[in-house]
Amino acid sequence: MDYSPSELMIVSAARALKGSHVVFVGVGLPNIACNLARHSHSPDLELVYESGVFGARPARLPLSIGDPTLVSGATSACSMADLFMCSLQGGLVDVALLGGAQIDRYGNLNTTVIGDYAKPKVRLPGSGGACEIAINAKSTFMIMRLQRRAFVERLDFVTSPGHLHGGKTRDPHTFPGKGPRLVITDRALFDFDNESREMTLTAVAPGQSVDQIKDDIAWDLRVSVSLHEISPPSDEELHLIRVELDPKGLYR
Amino acid sequence: MSEAVARFVSDGNTVAIEGFTASICFAAAHEIIRQRRQRLTLCRLTPDLVYDQMIAAGVADGMIFSYLGNPGVGSLHCVRRAIEQGVPTPLALEEYSHFGMVGRYIAGASKLPFFPLRSYFGSDIPSVNPRIAFVDSPYGEEQIAVVPPLNPDVAFIHAQRADRHGNTQLWGLLGVQKEVSFASKNVVIVVEEIVDEETIRADPNRTLIPGLIVDAVVEEPFGAHPSYVQGYYDRDGDFYLRWDEISRDRERTDAWLEDWVYGVPDRSAYIIKLGQEKLDKLAPGEKLAPPVNYGRYDQAQDYGSV
Repeated sequence: MDYSPSELMIVSAARALKGSHVVFVGVGLPNIACNLARHSHSPDLELVYESGVFGARPARLPLSIGDPTLVSGATSACSMADLFMCSLQGGLVDVALLGGAQIDRYGNLNTTVIGDYAKPKVRLPGSGGACEIAINAKSTFMIMRLQRRAFVERLDFVTSPGHLHGGKTRDPHTFPGKGPRLVITDRALFDFDNESREMTLTAVAPGQSVDQIKDDIAWDLRVSVSLHEISPPSDEELHLIRVELDPKGLYR
Repeated sequence: MSEAVARFVSDGNTVAIEGFTASICFAAAHEIIRQRRQRLTLCRLTPDLVYDQMIAAGVADGMIFSYLGNPGVGSLHCVRRAIEQGVPTPLALEEYSHFGMVGRYIAGASKLPFFPLRSYFGSDIPSVNPRIAFVDSPYGEEQIAVVPPLNPDVAFIHAQRADRHGNTQLWGLLGVQKEVSFASKNVVIVVEEIVDEETIRADPNRTLIPGLIVDAVVEEPFGAHPSYVQGYYDRDGDFYLRWDEISRDRERTDAWLEDWVYGVPDRSAYIIKLGQEKLDKLAPGEKLAPPVNYGRYDQAQDYGSV
């Protein structure tokens, strides 16, 4: 079956969640990915939303992380103070999914401005909960499209810290979470090298070459010795996305 | 509402209209615009359409916030025009993360000099906001980020119901409604319905805001449209999408404000203009929680001689 780059990204993220228990969910692609994981291999996945919802069972595709459908039928709805203090900072979140306008080789993210902060070319949304999520979640997955303007040598602004300057610069004393583990894009997957904590290409989408991926990355990209091709979305995965999770095709 | 705004909002005030996606009091925002307040500093985690409209109308010159977006849709174009081009007026920004804003309200509510949180290390946010600091823990080697208290002059809190004393019950997404109420100098409660004290007393755990800290109660059905109130009406997703188009253009934005804010005297007129068909479309259906037993505890116990 034919599939879109977004569908490949959703499926890759859902597969990567296998084995995780508590997942902090953002709106849009991460939301569909988490729900796909729950509908397929991980029925016990606990979805936590920044808006203060645990164990959501959305009856429709939520337009935002504050959609009322997330509350009805959830296991718990709490204040944001409880959510950030006890759940996130309390260390309950296994994986958080984050996106951004810019990412660097160490998985640091910019969601604040393009250009100078005081005189921005483009003003982006800012942190929301991302800064503390990046610090406190046990690990983070980044989901974003692979584009030259996004995979940059130097961020215009560091909103959410990843592996900072690489190596051991992310001090476990101030950063309870271990930081970025995967970068999931529409054309390739990356993890982070154990020593240098630098982004490493591990898989490419069918039809993509390593050179095509390298062309859209500003730095000299590391390539894993066990590089492989991403297996395309199965009919069952595509059926779940198209029929159950996003029947209107908003995120495809 | 017009009386509450006239009494509690003055030019130059720091105003909070909170509610995380849910229960955002647009009725208060529109009345503030109609009364042409100026130089307000607006506080809110997610400025949302509510502050996009207020900033387009020129009532504010400062904003304290943590996420600038039209949730699930895209940008806040009016806020961006103010930041990127100074239109209609420049906007001074004081930027945090969500947890930082939550912490500011908690410190404000509990009269503490700061709130400590594990955030901001390795981020550039503290470099553009000198009010975020790092202190040494007195109990160990570590450093911790701190944010200062936030005590707005007035908060407008939308909720499902309250009694006439302001004892307020809310459910669904609780956001920071309780924390901002305790932090603010004046609190205006805006509810879908005013109920008897009996109803409130029947379910005290649901009362998050005690009447003790409330200065005014306004009954304003559909006062949170186009946001939603859990169990009362759905979010008007169509409008959130449509605002993305309207707000891209300054003239269209001004025309919308003329039509839907300046052009109506109050929220009831706005609701009539919105039309019954729209309200029917936003009806959420029914999913009731079974009642819980609090117990009567009215039999005297024999404690013997104590």
